[in-house]
Amino acid sequence: MSVKDTNVFERGSDVADRENAERDLPVTVRRDVNTVLAGFGGQGILFMGKVIAYAGLLDGREVSWLPSYGPEMRGGTANCSVCISDAQIGCPLVTAPDALIVMNQPSFEKFVPTVKPGGVIVVESSIITAKVECNNVAVHYVPATTLAEQHGLKGLANIILMGKLLAAAGFCSVETMTETIKKIVPARKAHLIPKNIEAIELGMKA
Amino acid sequence: MSQRVLMKGNEALAEAAVRAGCRHFFGYPITPQTELAAYMAKRLPKIGGCFLQAESEIAAINMVLGASAAGARVMTSSSSPGISLKTEGISYIAGSDLPALIINIQRGGPGLGGIQPSQADYWQATKAPGHGDLHILVFAPNSVQEMVDTVASAFALADEYRMPAMILADGMLGQMMEPVVLPEEGNVTLPEKPWATNGHAGEVRNIANSLYIEAAELERLVKARFERYAEIEEKHSRHETYGLEDAEIVVTAYGATARVAKAAVRDARAKGIKAGLLRPVTLWPFPKKAFEDAAKSAKAFLCVEMSMGQMVDDVRLAVQCKRPVEFYGRTGGIIPTPAEVLAEIEKLAGGAE
Amino acid sequence: MAIVFQKPKSLTDVPLHYCPGCTHGIIHRLVAEAVDGLDMQAKTVGVAPVGCAVFAYNYFNCDMVEAPHGRAPAVATGVKRVCPQNLVFTYQGDGDLAAIGTAEIVHAASRGENITVIFVNNAIYGMTGGQMAPTSLPNQVTQTSPYGRDVKTAGYPIRVCEMLSTLTGTAYAERVSVDNVPNIRKTAKAIRKAFEIQKAGLGFSIVEVLSTCPTNWGLSPVESLDWLRDNMTPYYPLGVYKDTTNEGGAA
Repeated sequence: MSVKDTNVFERGSDVADRENAERDLPVTVRRDVNTVLAGFGGQGILFMGKVIAYAGLLDGREVSWLPSYGPEMRGGTANCSVCISDAQIGCPLVTAPDALIVMNQPSFEKFVPTVKPGGVIVVESSIITAKVECNNVAVHYVPATTLAEQHGLKGLANIILMGKLLAAAGFCSVETMTETIKKIVPARKAHLIPKNIEAIELGMKA
Repeated sequence: MSQRVLMKGNEALAEAAVRAGCRHFFGYPITPQTELAAYMAKRLPKIGGCFLQAESEIAAINMVLGASAAGARVMTSSSSPGISLKTEGISYIAGSDLPALIINIQRGGPGLGGIQPSQADYWQATKAPGHGDLHILVFAPNSVQEMVDTVASAFALADEYRMPAMILADGMLGQMMEPVVLPEEGNVTLPEKPWATNGHAGEVRNIANSLYIEAAELERLVKARFERYAEIEEKHSRHETYGLEDAEIVVTAYGATARVAKAAVRDARAKGIKAGLLRPVTLWPFPKKAFEDAAKSAKAFLCVEMSMGQMVDDVRLAVQCKRPVEFYGRTGGIIPTPAEVLAEIEKLAGGAE
Repeated sequence: MAIVFQKPKSLTDVPLHYCPGCTHGIIHRLVAEAVDGLDMQAKTVGVAPVGCAVFAYNYFNCDMVEAPHGRAPAVATGVKRVCPQNLVFTYQGDGDLAAIGTAEIVHAASRGENITVIFVNNAIYGMTGGQMAPTSLPNQVTQTSPYGRDVKTAGYPIRVCEMLSTLTGTAYAERVSVDNVPNIRKTAKAIRKAFEIQKAGLGFSIVEVLSTCPTNWGLSPVESLDWLRDNMTPYYPLGVYKDTTNEGGAA
């Protein structure tokens, strides 16, 4: 099949060229991952998504991060779609994720049935008691909030869960993730970098 | 070359405008464009610019009119209901031959509608962005990078032709983050504006006005403006194609929807269906010639939109009804999925046998 | 030979279109004289309204912008933010300023926008042929209040200077009249003062000028001046409503 991009838009052609160049890479090197992250507002859902997207950016890949946005500022449900790919991201809204992190019951009910066969689900099991009744997906139950408290990592439950997803879905290397944490944590919170890295390691082993 | 950074569409638009030399922003809060104004509120005062939150969208667009008349590179941004309020001012800006950039991060309508992504303002942007005989330039970028790349050229064309330009995006493009390479920061040379109302005396004084009480004079001016519009249609329509050379089914979509459509076209190709994508990058001027050309070999067109089908008539006109033009769309803030679009392509491919 | 009287430089030679006996001509002249007096002609940008003064851009001999109906304060804001050193004024009637443009005038004042507003109040819509204005008096007969303005259904006239003087951003608000020579002199002084306040960067200034509309009031020019004195000044008392010059401008 020969599909050629003829882009008449001046700057846009750079994107097309990059896309074509990257499509020639061996596909086995890097996996495309379409992720949904969901929970309550305040659980760090959107930040977790930013970390994943930023890791893709550091790897020089195409990424997209799309938040849900609604009228509620606090306490409502929050979710976001993150795509990492070597080609231009088609639809940044992920309707059939191959990776899912859920941090509350409503999100569990809403998103678990949307996961693609062969996909990965990470469940925050200190908040969600339900079990996934479907055997064509890999499910990991991580009591992240409890683990965070036990290890002096309060507030980093989201990062622990992301560590688990990193181990299970391999959306980037551990080195890239460490680099990402160093870059994305704001300077005024730089003292939290080691804690974040610890949380990722804890999650990977969980 | 600048670094690739991860930026939200709304914020990237704002930074791109700053780097294109825009130092004046007038706006009013509305979801889902608010980050653009918030970014300007933070950025502009630090570089000697002016951010002003107006009392309404109506006031904001009229501040744009005043600032543009005074010679500034100026912009405003809003979302669908707010753009409706701005249409009065857009008409006056067009009628006064003033440049300006207006950004519409569309949401569902009509009325208060919703706050989720939509493309239901196509008719408004391309057919009636205000009362009277007028056009504005309408750009429909499909990624955060292309939004950034569009800003400078929208400002430049608006200046060149002394008319308003609009970037017609949507809540998805405004809210999402993508890697983007920003243009270098530096001194932008803005064009001379000898017509600006910024203080002159006697013989050389300038007037920014859209009132012509003599019908013949108004007709002459409008006709002269339409000659410029004809030149723009000739020189500045933009489009992008993907896999069009041997395409039997031509999917057409603009903005964020074009990405969904492109994914569906790829999937169709993988299934052996000869599909291609024709994406209008400018909605006014509409890339008619590209459609005419595509109609020569295509068997059918499929127009995909986040609306009830507002661009589809322009597609039919452009292909002069020589080929069937079908429509698939979602509205109210729902984004069509690649699977849905693929199903439509398959239906057409089956029917095209 | 010494020149003792001449047309201000800041007025063009275009003949005014106003009706016989209308006081817009006097007010135009006073504004132009004030611009000349400050030697600001080359740095002045005026904003014309929609209404009788819609052609003001033909008469004031300086850069002019024609605004949509009621939006002159917003347009002037845009001009002033780009050119803070310029003298920027709007020239607006009562329908333009106190009905369709209420939001724009209130917020320009509340921002302390450093512009000057010349507000011509003649208690009627002139250009469209004599309809009730937001400043039409109780019981005043107009085309759209043919039985007289009934305050029970049409509400009460707005006193603009009083209202705007409550706003912190307003540096100067004065109501004047052009019904006789002493009042015309006071009007000239008020406009000059408003422009000086703007030049000093003290904030928003407004001069409300009570004016006549012989055509739509159905009176002769002389009767109109009497009607203004007898009916308008009791409801709209003349005087300075706010002057922050001594405190160094709007707080």
